Amino acid sequence: MAVGILGEKLGMITWFDAEGKALAATVLYAEPSVVTQIKSIETDGYNAIQLGYGKVKEKNVTKPLKGHFNKAGVAPKRVLREFRVESPHEFKVGQELGVTLFHEGELVHISGISKGKGFAGVMKRHDFLGGPDSHGMSKWHRRPGSIGSIRATGRTFKGWRMPGHMGHERVTVRNLKVLKVYPEKNVLVVQGAVPGPRHGIVEIRKATE
Amino acid sequence: MKGNLIREIEQELMQREIPEFRPGDTIRVHERLLEGGEGAKEGKERIQVFEGIVIKCAGSGVNKTFTVRKVSYGIGVEKIFPLYSPRIAKIEVVERGRARRARLTYLRRQALEANAK
Repeated sequence: MAVGILGEKLGMITWFDAEGKALAATVLYAEPSVVTQIKSIETDGYNAIQLGYGKVKEKNVTKPLKGHFNKAGVAPKRVLREFRVESPHEFKVGQELGVTLFHEGELVHISGISKGKGFAGVMKRHDFLGGPDSHGMSKWHRRPGSIGSIRATGRTFKGWRMPGHMGHERVTVRNLKVLKVYPEKNVLVVQGAVPGPRHGIVEIRKATE
Repeated sequence: MKGNLIREIEQELMQREIPEFRPGDTIRVHERLLEGGEGAKEGKERIQVFEGIVIKCAGSGVNKTFTVRKVSYGIGVEKIFPLYSPRIAKIEVVERGRARRARLTYLRRQALEANAK
């Protein structure tokens, strides 16, 4: 439950801190997000603000969404996301939230859609060890091993880790340190990696306990 | 515009005065060190000079590095420095060399062969 903004990932660079240590850093771009709706316990059953981010062509916006943006008196936005907040009435529809919400040294949580890996085997997906590459192994290099026993259980347990689709899911990275804020450039630099490809949309939230 | 922003920020980190040098040149690297271990708060700062031949440049942008090799008491020592590290106080070019290749890794072998004799 913390306020945040929407942004996009630009890529990663090497960042030198005051001590001269080289840190891996992610550069995020975030034009001001606009508050498009305020949700409160009385009307919606929970407290949140809805933010819009990014430009979109008028012709690509569906009529129902156009109505939604008109009601807020805001130009149509590419993405809408909700952020749970304690007191939604502190915010106004049409209000802009930008990178200045954060300051250097602060910790943030960042959520995004991770890069899709397709149908992945068990070694990539679950860090299984696979089999030896040599010593007479035949067709037993990246296999998952036994998935159960006939005698004791007679079935394979639900949730057993197996090959399958990997990536392209919502991932949250917690407690990333903000290294630098460029208010005039709408840019935020955080220490560490952030889920998703370059130009992927991310949610940047203030860190909670 | 958005695509260039990351380059702009990288450029900002690269605003340092660095003399031009190439593999084959002999340089002196003045490196800032904190005494009393890594990350020591109370430690005194001092400068250590590493002089040797540049044998390799690698990487690009702010992530560019160079390798300096010297022979210290008969033992070959190589150090890889990030070119834009703030720990590098100064770089002096002592002597321009004439290298006919980009990576002078043959110097390692040459030293070994000289030792064997």
